[in-house]
Amino acid sequence: MAEITLQDIIKPENLVYKKTDLMTDKPLSYCPGCGHGTAHRITMEVIEELNLAEDTIGVAPVGCSVLAYEFMNVDMTQAAHGRAPAVATGIKRVWPNKVVFTYQGDGDLAAIGTSETIHACNRGENIVIIFINNGIYGMTGGQMAPTTLPGMKSSTSPYGRDVAMMGNPLKMTELVAQLPGTYFVTRQAVHTPAAVRKAKKAIKKAFENQRDCKPGLSFIEIVSNCNSGWKMTPTDANKWMEENMFPFYPMGDIKVDGQLVK
Amino acid sequence: MAKVRGAIVVDVEKCKGCGVCLPACPTDVIDLASEVNGKGYHYAFMNQPDECIGCSNCAIVCPDGVITVYKVKLNR
Repeated sequence: MAEITLQDIIKPENLVYKKTDLMTDKPLSYCPGCGHGTAHRITMEVIEELNLAEDTIGVAPVGCSVLAYEFMNVDMTQAAHGRAPAVATGIKRVWPNKVVFTYQGDGDLAAIGTSETIHACNRGENIVIIFINNGIYGMTGGQMAPTTLPGMKSSTSPYGRDVAMMGNPLKMTELVAQLPGTYFVTRQAVHTPAAVRKAKKAIKKAFENQRDCKPGLSFIEIVSNCNSGWKMTPTDANKWMEENMFPFYPMGDIKVDGQLVK
Repeated sequence: MAKVRGAIVVDVEKCKGCGVCLPACPTDVIDLASEVNGKGYHYAFMNQPDECIGCSNCAIVCPDGVITVYKVKLNR
């Protein structure tokens, strides 16, 4: 058989994967290796697969992903720091037939926006919250966040987080799973192909729940890396995340169809 | 001989050279170039194009979505 050349393979009919058109062509503003880009892309892929592009409204947070509206090619708005679930609540109540999601980091959702998040979850608003947890305030220079692990170094805890002085990390996902208003609560990651596929399935389930008007809020935590804030290379940061973040923030579904599973 | 052949096309100017695609590749096709792109990053490229099976793992984990994947089935 004749040898096959690259020109024979690289043809439109042989295409198996390309970036979704629901991501704009702007280069992402995130650091190299940041999980935000992957999380953005799988969210947009899910919206494309469910054919909801015309009916989706997203709410961007404050933090590294403040410019999410520049990259996601759907209708977006941007909320004051931590107030994305409150803004999403308003949008969903005015347009009940639209699909509304918020995309928030841990500084936005678990620190300044704790109250908005908990009350939106408790009211059982029919929205999707995508929560990126990297255990640090990435945008402002790697300060300690509520989700920083015990003993984890950051620029404001240079000797590691001292639980006696600085308190315990907040497990936001376990917390909201206890509230009656949540319908689907899960924790995922996006550092390996298998993890990305699982996370995408979870996001798809969340958007399907909302599309099918299931009662309650769908909450997806994505444990991510912050290689700049952690002062590591992207691949080392992913390894560190597996070894240190995953034992504290275990992967998997916590609440499915309104029932706690663990 | 392999039953499938794949190929990736990297958007060189948007690649940030993070290297997350390297451990994701089951056949060690990808490597970072010794040259840099316009932003000064060592971009990803196919070092061993013959080994690519078009599994899309690299494209799925790429945070910047710069990888496009092509695949053909070979008739034997």
